[in-house]
Amino acid sequence: MDAFMAARMQMAVSLGFHIIFACIGMVMPWFMFTAEWKWLRTNNPVYLELAKAWAKGVAIFFAVGAVSGTVLSFELGMLWPTFMEHAGPIFGMPFSWEGTAFFLEAIALGLFLYGWKRLNKWVHLYTGMVVGVAGVLSGIFVVSANAWMNAPSGFDWVNGQAENIDPVKAMFNKAWFSQAHHMTIAAFSATGFAVAGVHALLYLKNKLEIHAKAITIALAFASVAAVLQPLSGDLAAKNVAKLQPAKLAAFESHFETREKAPLIIGGVPDQENREVKYAIKLPGFLSFLAHGDFNAEVKGLEEFPEDEWPPVPITHYSFQIMVGIGMFLMLIAFIFWAGTFKWKHWLEKKWWLKMLFFATPLGFIAVEAGWIVTEVGRQPWIIYGIMKSKDSLTPMPGIQYTFYTISAVYLLLSFIVIWLLSRQIKVLQSKYLSK
Amino acid sequence: MTEVNLSILVISLLLYVLLGGADFGGGILELLTRGKASDIVSKAIAPVWEANHVWLILVVVILFVGFPPVYSTILTALHIPVLLVLLGIIFRGSAFTFRHYDIDEATPKAIYSTIFQYSSLFTTFFLGVTLGGTILGNISLDYQDEFYKIYIHPWLNWFSFSLGLFMVLLFAFLAGIFTVSELKDEKHIRYFSKLAKRLIVALVVTGAVVFVAAEVSGHPLFYEFYHSPASIVSVVLATLALPLLWINLDKNRRNLLRIIAGFQTTMIVTGWFAIQFPVLVKIDGGTDITFLNSGAPQQTQFHLFIALVVGVLIILPSMAYLYKTFKFDKTPSSKESA
Repeated sequence: MDAFMAARMQMAVSLGFHIIFACIGMVMPWFMFTAEWKWLRTNNPVYLELAKAWAKGVAIFFAVGAVSGTVLSFELGMLWPTFMEHAGPIFGMPFSWEGTAFFLEAIALGLFLYGWKRLNKWVHLYTGMVVGVAGVLSGIFVVSANAWMNAPSGFDWVNGQAENIDPVKAMFNKAWFSQAHHMTIAAFSATGFAVAGVHALLYLKNKLEIHAKAITIALAFASVAAVLQPLSGDLAAKNVAKLQPAKLAAFESHFETREKAPLIIGGVPDQENREVKYAIKLPGFLSFLAHGDFNAEVKGLEEFPEDEWPPVPITHYSFQIMVGIGMFLMLIAFIFWAGTFKWKHWLEKKWWLKMLFFATPLGFIAVEAGWIVTEVGRQPWIIYGIMKSKDSLTPMPGIQYTFYTISAVYLLLSFIVIWLLSRQIKVLQSKYLSK
Repeated sequence: MTEVNLSILVISLLLYVLLGGADFGGGILELLTRGKASDIVSKAIAPVWEANHVWLILVVVILFVGFPPVYSTILTALHIPVLLVLLGIIFRGSAFTFRHYDIDEATPKAIYSTIFQYSSLFTTFFLGVTLGGTILGNISLDYQDEFYKIYIHPWLNWFSFSLGLFMVLLFAFLAGIFTVSELKDEKHIRYFSKLAKRLIVALVVTGAVVFVAAEVSGHPLFYEFYHSPASIVSVVLATLALPLLWINLDKNRRNLLRIIAGFQTTMIVTGWFAIQFPVLVKIDGGTDITFLNSGAPQQTQFHLFIALVVGVLIILPSMAYLYKTFKFDKTPSSKESA
């Protein structure tokens, strides 16, 4: 592995790790807030237990998310100093706002976690809401900065230098909105299904009220998100078709420019012969999805010099995985709604609980795949059309070793967090069973 | 505008030293007392530590938005010590949270504690080493040179290491004083007051060592100090604060202790900044990076300024409320976390 690949991999590992903790850290507070609110409204102590149990999870995820996020703010400069030196003053605006949002989140979380006895209960509930809102805002700010790398704006690029910088225009670049809603909805969907899945497994073992309540709250959020997500994804894809046609072509391994472009489902892209083997092709559907017209022309990869192609197979596979999971989660959401209205005791149905358990990791697999689609799909550019990733690499040799170190640390941390959570769950479970 | 952003940068750094520093110091204190301080430190830090460490993120953001060459130069030349700091931050933050939230069992708790304590020491030391690297002036911008010269030489020297040691003692000292001001039990107060006094002595000695190490490493620190009146005043005030602390440790005036320790550290940071102003990173055989020649364009500074001012207006009252709730509230505190 050369230094450039190692730096890209280190970035991928660091972001891929952080994104899970960041999603959970920004969505779980909404669940614990809802549980506490239900407790205040109904006086049912199960809701309070649930809010407190979830709060512990939030504390763990938030802390790991915070340290891995801190590390990222340094890694950007340690690995891509040339990029940061040029881009910092342009796309730094959302990061400065994110600083405030994250600060507020950390303060409110401190109050929430340790203020159960010290704060008035409505004030306490309010701090929970601040954690959730500030968390979503800081997520949106960070994504807006990333969107600028896909759709750079707010500056003139003259002889390798940025001039006439307009930070506001850079922040509200053409990709920010579609990326922001797609990511936020994804976070709610992934976290919701993960939480529901864990509680479904526990409910299969012991039919405790706390798990039933937990499943309902988590799915209430996740099901809405899962139904909105394909719509959001459609808007996002149309935006990519406009702004980064090479990326869209890579999603679909669409090599030739043509009208009535087919939607390619699955398959194995063959870059050399410029074709996709063993795929299902729906004629005209790619044209429709990209431009809203079955006859529209969709630009193929052939329009671009081959050294400006993103890595086609990995982008293609990731895109297929993301879309496939998105469709499946939407199906579960529909079943949830139908079940809620039709069957009174739908939580007694084992196949349903098993299905939920099966879906536990799916949302996060889709989040990771989607992140790969955005980031790998932007290659070889670090600032789309302006600066290539390899031109902004740190001059320091031996990045391979930092990559190995960071990966080992994050792998270890992942194991510890999983082990820690399973211990927590066991304690919670035995506490209830001994009652 | 650039000046205002620079001031907010320095203030954020100061708050990170004061608040984050006391957290790091908490871990070092645990190590020094062989775990006796663990419960006290845990309880004191838990509600505020997440917020305390956001100051560092703010510092980083102001650097890469407002003074990008500072950010990219430090992270290239001092890549190695910064990486060590980051590893320390990961281990420290996770171990602290895991210790607090994992179920109560002796073995894992002891492991978390050990990791928390040693990584607090380790991180603080390399923060000091990194800072030393920016001050000393061994950083070279000629990236064609040999590896040692570019990536090791800037920080592997007596001056940077003495600053690392100084940082360790400063943070332990802060934590010591803050701990004393939180205690209720007489026996504990006596024990920690004694420890705090020892740390004061050690801090003064290490402060002198930094000056000697600077001369050894070829950095005319004493000369620069001698010619900077603002710095002399700051260091004199910082030194005068120490006997005052000593007396108040004996009289156990809690809030006064906090204020004097905060003032003392503020003066140290001011003294450091006054010596090298307007230089932010000293460069070997080239133009130093100052806040004047590294500032982002005015348009960026203006928007950064707005974001920071709005941020400060939101953060400071919230921060005050957080501290009021957990630090200055008289309600008895049993173990009351979730």
